[in-house]
Amino acid sequence: MNQESNNQDRIDVDIQVENSDSDNAQDASAPQEVSTFRLVATLAIAGALAGLLIVLVNLHTKPIIDKYKAEQLQLAVYEVLPGVENYDTYYLVNDELSASLPDGAKESEFKRVYVGRDSSGEVSGVAISRGESGFQDVIMVIFGHDPVTGKLSGMKILDSKETPGLGDKIFKDMNFVDQFFAGPETPLLGVKIGAGKGQPNEIDMITGATISSKAVIQIINNALAEWKPILDKGIPQAPAKAVSAEETP
Amino acid sequence: MRTTTPTQDFVRGIWKENPVLVQMLGLCPALAVTNSVANALAMSGATFFVMSCSSVLISTCKRFIPHEVRISSYILVIATFVTLADMLLQAYAPVQHKELGAFIALIVVNCMILGRQETFSSKNNPFRSLLDAVGTGIGFTIALVMMGGFREILGTGSFLGVSLFGPNFEPWVIMVLPAGGFLTLGFILLAMGVIEQRKKVKDDQVTEVLS
Repeated sequence: MNQESNNQDRIDVDIQVENSDSDNAQDASAPQEVSTFRLVATLAIAGALAGLLIVLVNLHTKPIIDKYKAEQLQLAVYEVLPGVENYDTYYLVNDELSASLPDGAKESEFKRVYVGRDSSGEVSGVAISRGESGFQDVIMVIFGHDPVTGKLSGMKILDSKETPGLGDKIFKDMNFVDQFFAGPETPLLGVKIGAGKGQPNEIDMITGATISSKAVIQIINNALAEWKPILDKGIPQAPAKAVSAEETP
Repeated sequence: MRTTTPTQDFVRGIWKENPVLVQMLGLCPALAVTNSVANALAMSGATFFVMSCSSVLISTCKRFIPHEVRISSYILVIATFVTLADMLLQAYAPVQHKELGAFIALIVVNCMILGRQETFSSKNNPFRSLLDAVGTGIGFTIALVMMGGFREILGTGSFLGVSLFGPNFEPWVIMVLPAGGFLTLGFILLAMGVIEQRKKVKDDQVTEVLS
């Protein structure tokens, strides 16, 4: 107990000493001014240390995050293409779909689609992921559709920073999400709840999150507009190593 | 300067100098993410972590930081911790990270954290700075959960996701919208003001009787 109060006293004294120090510094400001070099050096060192720390942690966490994202993407493809046995990744090389990349090319530089096949090897759906601006930041959407009928088979938000409680309903409000799994026709048309005319391509938007829901619908329409001419040229035969292709998309 | 005991450092931030309700700091997250209790808790937890770490580090390094560049240094420290928290959560708790996602970046702009560094950590030792940060963090949590509870109950008819009033309840959508945040904060501050005033009247009466 005694020890403790001693400690307190010392701390209080510390504070007073420091205070009087800074008071003195203000009184005689000219001679005690800290040199510009020291200011710059302090910030530079602090910045370098902070940067170093972030880089170190990033080196450590990036592989884990990437692995997790790849797994999530794989799960997402199966989710938006119900009834698919396996899928292959096709890259857009010179405006044509190709299951393999040109030699020495980096995988991340190419746009891609995921083509799902049923147990007999027939194409049963194509999943496309695309990101565009939402309300806060880019929304990453993956959706599956049937290239022949144009009907959607599912939609999943891969990444979004939409407002918690409002914009995040684009993936938390199941009434909204389920509409994309109900096989709507494309291009989609966003309508206010209750204002729809029963058209097969209508999606009820979310009250209070109009911009976010519109963004999702727009992303899907834009992606289809971009990919439809390419998909219409036909999808190449499945590569021989169909099973291993699904390892890391 | 008024000196305080460690206990006072800890208790002060919880109610008497509550960061949101009395000091009016950290209003951005208090208004932006309190439309449900779960969001409020998540935001409080993340802020709590960043504030505690920053307070300890800054009070440890205070002697090396020149007075002129202290604010920039504090922001640097806070931003670093926020980035680290973001990356570590993403790697080791991806599910929670997805829930917290939008909040984490918001922590940097929380002036409450910067305020604690400027008014307390830069003048006190690490132990007391930690006490101060923990106390303030609890105060922040109380304020946010209060707002979150009020808004979630009225705005969606549930508490922590559990429905309270059954399917016939018509939610007040405005309460989960930004306007609801301002309304809620206004009413809570009004209540605080009334309580404060009554207390003052009482104290005055006591002093009158005594004199």
